[in-house]
Amino acid sequence: MEPKTKIHAEDGKQEIVITREFDLPVALLFKAYVEPAIVAQWMGTTVLKLENKKHGGYQFETTDPKGNKHRFNGVIHDFISNERITRTFEMENTPFAVQLEFLEFESLSEETSKLTMHVVYKSVELRDQLLKLPFAQGINMAHNRIQEIVSKLN
Amino acid sequence: MNLRRDVFQAIADPTRRAILLLVASQSLTAGAIASNFDTARPTVSKHLQILTECELLKQEQQGREIYYRLNPKKMKKIADFLEPFRNLWEDRFNKLEAIMKKHPR
Repeated sequence: MEPKTKIHAEDGKQEIVITREFDLPVALLFKAYVEPAIVAQWMGTTVLKLENKKHGGYQFETTDPKGNKHRFNGVIHDFISNERITRTFEMENTPFAVQLEFLEFESLSEETSKLTMHVVYKSVELRDQLLKLPFAQGINMAHNRIQEIVSKLN
Repeated sequence: MNLRRDVFQAIADPTRRAILLLVASQSLTAGAIASNFDTARPTVSKHLQILTECELLKQEQQGREIYYRLNPKKMKKIADFLEPFRNLWEDRFNKLEAIMKKHPR
């Protein structure tokens, strides 16, 4: 079966595009990004703050398997229900520069929808670094792993 | 080895991606590959050179002709490279979909 989530990463560009089609009406897809309790469930995170509006902000906190807490935050630049969220994303206490995320929500039919997530990084090098490293655990990344990455960056 | 320089650079260009697709099914000579493109022959040669340097393509001498074929080991590297990142999002989105399917309308 073809994977539903596709990643488009061109060489020499400081951006990636993630696309995914859902068997959900666009309103439900959008809701999954807006309601803190739902965000918490699928992102596997604690939602400390989520202000769904232009000039709003958000902050999430995850606990890795070792019990270390990692925080993530951003500012919401654009918020149009069932259409678009433009926001920044920053990992606190890491050397990774803030990234810009353009989330487009699109209705394909009454029961299906598509999400396009366009992420812009500070540099090509940073993008490659983040993609290249086994970022699979991403947000749940163990603390020692972060240490390792940080030491490689310096 | 500089991964960005080889693998990333190689798959960045649409012509090079098309070349990889062409030789995926069979070994081809440079001439046979070039005949699939409107691009000038030297341009195709340059692409073949880059792909060979990156070890995505392997050259095989057959009689007087040099055939290009895919190096599957290296190709897998590209997929492996993005796969953990993609999986992370696939898992999250699967969860999102499952949760929202149960959500009252």
